[in-house]
Amino acid sequence: MHKLNRLIQLLFFAVLVKPLVLIILGLNIRNKKGLPMEGPAVIMANHNSHLDTMVLMSLFPLRKMHKVRPVAAADYFLKNRWMAWFSLKIIGIIPLERTGKADRDTLFNECHDALDKGEILVLFPEGSRGLPDQMSTLKKGVYHLIKDRDDVSAVPIVMNGLGFALPKGEGLLVPVNVDVIVGQAIDHSPNADVFIDSTTKAFTQLKEFCITKQS
Amino acid sequence: MIDLSEFDFFHPVYLTMALVLGVLVFAHITSYCLVKLNKIKSPEELLLRIKSWWWIIGLLFFSILSGLTASIILIAFISFLALKEYLSIVPTRQSDRRVIFWAYLTIPIQYYLVSINWYGLFNIFIPVYVFLVLSVRMVLTGKNSGFIHSVGVLHWGVMLTVYSVSHVAYLLVLPIGELTDTGFGLMLFLIMMTQLNDVCQYLFGKLLGRRKIIPAVSPNKTWAGFIGGVISITILSGGIGPFLTPMDIQFSVLAGFVIAVTGFFGDVTISSVKRDLQIKDSGQLLPGHGGILDRIDSLMFTAPLFFHFVRYFYA
Repeated sequence: MHKLNRLIQLLFFAVLVKPLVLIILGLNIRNKKGLPMEGPAVIMANHNSHLDTMVLMSLFPLRKMHKVRPVAAADYFLKNRWMAWFSLKIIGIIPLERTGKADRDTLFNECHDALDKGEILVLFPEGSRGLPDQMSTLKKGVYHLIKDRDDVSAVPIVMNGLGFALPKGEGLLVPVNVDVIVGQAIDHSPNADVFIDSTTKAFTQLKEFCITKQS
Repeated sequence: MIDLSEFDFFHPVYLTMALVLGVLVFAHITSYCLVKLNKIKSPEELLLRIKSWWWIIGLLFFSILSGLTASIILIAFISFLALKEYLSIVPTRQSDRRVIFWAYLTIPIQYYLVSINWYGLFNIFIPVYVFLVLSVRMVLTGKNSGFIHSVGVLHWGVMLTVYSVSHVAYLLVLPIGELTDTGFGLMLFLIMMTQLNDVCQYLFGKLLGRRKIIPAVSPNKTWAGFIGGVISITILSGGIGPFLTPMDIQFSVLAGFVIAVTGFFGDVTISSVKRDLQIKDSGQLLPGHGGILDRIDSLMFTAPLFFHFVRYFYA
């Protein structure tokens, strides 16, 4: 990351995101020790709000922030110049084609590069922000990304509350405590269906630990 | 109010604060030793609890030293944290988001009324106007299913976390006869006695508790704990009240009794809420304690009652 961008990122998270997440929202974290602090690693979370990425990133200390790379939809986050600059340079997203046309072998090139550099990827296997409290069918991307990598495991995280605080299509933030439940890394699976199955089960189990009733 | 430029260490408020810090240091050292000697079942929990106490007391004392405005802001912030926690644990409807946003806006208004000492409106703003306006705002969302439940849950929460708690702040601006700098003493007295009551009821219950008062709500609440708490807080209040507040010894004793009894009811009320929702703690804000509602449950009941007690007899 460029030095100036890194500085803007630090300021953005220290002055805006962390206070917002810790004071306006407030976290109930469970099993924080399970969070991979060193890369290469993959985090899989449920997706209900733009704040999901902000909350997940603010779980990390500022000095590690640039190592955390959310994998995000290229069609959405690169749709105009300003948003592309902010997403790529300040948040440090890895853009992903989700049109289905892309070649599976080259699709994850940038993700692999990041993992090779010891970075921590954040993925939302639902593919898009779903309705609060409803888990969409999981996509198989994470399986294909890590199947040939023995050095990487995928840690599931369930968040609850953000679909109420700032749901899709809403601009008004309503303060509410957010549950962040960190699970056990999912084992490497023989095929994608088994992997999806274990992940779905893990998400369902982790959901049980949530205190916040608002989704 | 207390003027920092003429810092008088022997002012009762400062002496009490020093005493509290002394007790905290003592509690810290004692629990540290007990943990080292392996006398504690869950040592991590105890140390976290003490650490949280340092934060709570540190913030409170810092705001007292910073003056009236800072103290009102701190209590407003406590209301915000409590309302947020409440609205997180009770189920509401997704369609109520905007109504809930309005509920948050009552906090700055209510505490502004405190700061300008407008007692009349302070007293009726939430019970009357917020009550009506939130209902109307919720009607305008056009969702009938679950309306009565939602509107009730929301107003009850605002009453408890904003209206009740704001009485702590109003003590600061309440003029007592000719005196105007009595607020911090009264606030400190209320908070200290309420929290000590929790501690005493817990200790007496642990040591002597047999017969449970309301086992269905809170299995840890026993008659021995309750009575032990009431007696010790009544005596303690009689000792500290005349020194820290404008109350004489009889009224201090009576105030201690009121605080001890109502504190118990505040405690079991929040227990009942948590039982209903089948959760153990209301949050994780204060490690070792649980959420903020777990800590201020008693205060939400003692604050308005102690306030009216003082206002009726002294203001």
